[in-house]
Amino acid sequence: MVNAEEEVSAADAPTIVELSSDDVLRERNEEVAEAGVGQKADHLLEVRGLSTHFFTADGVVQAVDDVSFDVGYGETLGLVGESGCGKSVTALSIARLVPAPPGKIVAGSILFDGIDVLKLSHEDMRQLRGKEIGFIFQDPLTSLNPTLTIGYQIGESIKEHMGLSAKAARDRIVELLDKVGIPRPADRLNDYPFQFSGGMRQRVMIAIALACDPKLILADEPTTALDVTIQAQILELIQRLSSEFGTAVLLITHDLGIAAGMCDRVNVMYAGRIVETGKVDTMFESPRMPYAWGLLDSLPRIDDIRGEKLRTIEGLPPVLIDPPVACRFGPRCPYIRDVCREREPELTPRPGEGHLARCFATEPDGWIA
Amino acid sequence: MATNTTVVPARLAKPKAAAGPWREAFGRLVRNKLAVLGLILVSLLLFCGIFGPLIAPWPYQDQDLQAIFANGNRPLPPLSPNHILGTDQLGRDLLSRLLDGARISVTVAFVVQFVIIFIGVPVGAFSGWFGGRTDNFMMRLTDVFYAFPDLLFIILLSVAFRETVFGQALDGLLLVFVAIGLVGWVTVARLTRGQMLALKETEFVEAAKAIGVSDRKIVMRHLLPNGMGPIIVAITLGVPVAILAEATLAYIGIGVQPPRASWGSLIAEGQKYIRSEPHLVIFPAIFIALALIGFTFLGDGLRDALDPKLKGKQ
Repeated sequence: MVNAEEEVSAADAPTIVELSSDDVLRERNEEVAEAGVGQKADHLLEVRGLSTHFFTADGVVQAVDDVSFDVGYGETLGLVGESGCGKSVTALSIARLVPAPPGKIVAGSILFDGIDVLKLSHEDMRQLRGKEIGFIFQDPLTSLNPTLTIGYQIGESIKEHMGLSAKAARDRIVELLDKVGIPRPADRLNDYPFQFSGGMRQRVMIAIALACDPKLILADEPTTALDVTIQAQILELIQRLSSEFGTAVLLITHDLGIAAGMCDRVNVMYAGRIVETGKVDTMFESPRMPYAWGLLDSLPRIDDIRGEKLRTIEGLPPVLIDPPVACRFGPRCPYIRDVCREREPELTPRPGEGHLARCFATEPDGWIA
Repeated sequence: MATNTTVVPARLAKPKAAAGPWREAFGRLVRNKLAVLGLILVSLLLFCGIFGPLIAPWPYQDQDLQAIFANGNRPLPPLSPNHILGTDQLGRDLLSRLLDGARISVTVAFVVQFVIIFIGVPVGAFSGWFGGRTDNFMMRLTDVFYAFPDLLFIILLSVAFRETVFGQALDGLLLVFVAIGLVGWVTVARLTRGQMLALKETEFVEAAKAIGVSDRKIVMRHLLPNGMGPIIVAITLGVPVAILAEATLAYIGIGVQPPRASWGSLIAEGQKYIRSEPHLVIFPAIFIALALIGFTFLGDGLRDALDPKLKGKQ
């Protein structure tokens, strides 16, 4: 699914802006670049040692623990893992939307386009959200305000960030609705969310996320609430628009099929940590972590024998209050040895470009070839 | 065929009426018979309150001395010529006085609710949005107001400010209304706070934050309109409470001063003659009852219409 052109563009950031078909968008991108928010970084997003904890009555939940990764300009990075492994909290941390209290980013740095997001003031952060970072939420049914028209809701960030006249803003809203494939967009501006189907509402959400032509879109399980046919349309839409606009996407999903189809690179998260990262091809051809095997193995296959039980990973993810210093997947791992119980493996290189895995067993001197 | 081809595009091209959640709620309201009855009663009261003096047969303070002299110095009974509801012991037309009283009740309904909204909604919104220590402080403050004896508070205020400009405004009514409002905002503040707490956790608020909408706009455009339903209901149901409170105060002689009379003070006056001239008590009581029933039915109807959980049941 990943074509060569996209990989090139991911590596060579500034060309993305030139690739953008829309003249208006290109000009604005250049303005932003000239405005000079510090030196141009190698990556659009650099997350280093991010730890987000939740201070609850039962103890400190280490929802995200020492997570580091990059997202290149225009790149689509997948963040996969099962429920409660810290994917969403990672995304919320990047936009600094972690509910506080009880949540708190306790350590790490997040560099977005050369700006240290965690050091921004409340007001500067607000300017960044929606303008530079778009957000697509999981459930379009609850993410739109039932008492406001969709035209208003799309226009909200345009008015907030772009300072367009009412007429220009309206034109932009119609253009966006048209881009996300809503028929007769000009007639539907004054409709309310309940007049749209689930898939259409998710298209509206995408229009909202793209409204100010952001550099990065955080898509938190954008298709989980939709049925499979709509899901394919929405994913295709995200993919098409992100390459058209040169927008980087951080795609959070528990569906490996989606990650395989959409992403350039994939991070696998487990229990608040990244356990494996690499290019999507290497990741799916030769995953180097038993958890990733388990995830892949648990996908239903078309040649499965009917009536046979679906394969699962036995057990549950650990409770993230005071996790033991050991491999966090250990208790569920069929290949566990003593060393896994004594200390935690590091993310170490594996064959393949930029491929890292956190597993003693698949290290060069490990017990799995 | 020819008609078909023209009709279909015409229907498609026709701009849709703005069908919003509010319009939907209004549709549910008018399907509710009791609510419509309430709406009619409330409209009648509003009409009397606004145009009462114009439609009244007599000025409310005019005495028909000849008529009561002819009646042996006793109040005229109902259905007397020129005085359809009779007169009081001074020969003043009861209907005219009731219509003037309607004006007082309508003013009560609006001024008191305005005071309540003006204090209660901001306090509740502020408290619920910021939460934490601010919330705690504000809510303890409202507890103090809640615990204070209403009647005592109103009487104290009335006495303390009676001689000031503020106390003289609107025949001394403004002071009474503000006093009633000052003891009444607590419920609305708590309600607003509860709505805020529930709504600020919703995903559309998170989504609004994620596109960088300012706090003020989130509260004003996203939270308040969504939390408005129960607040509107509380305000509507608060009107009869306020009317009753004014009547109670008028009955014990606080508020409107003679020769004007509110429904409460009419009852208080009429009570002296209740054995011989019961109509002096009965008619004001009927007016009060109708007004209360009207607002209560309307409030109940609004609650059903605005409660999203009842959606689709009717």
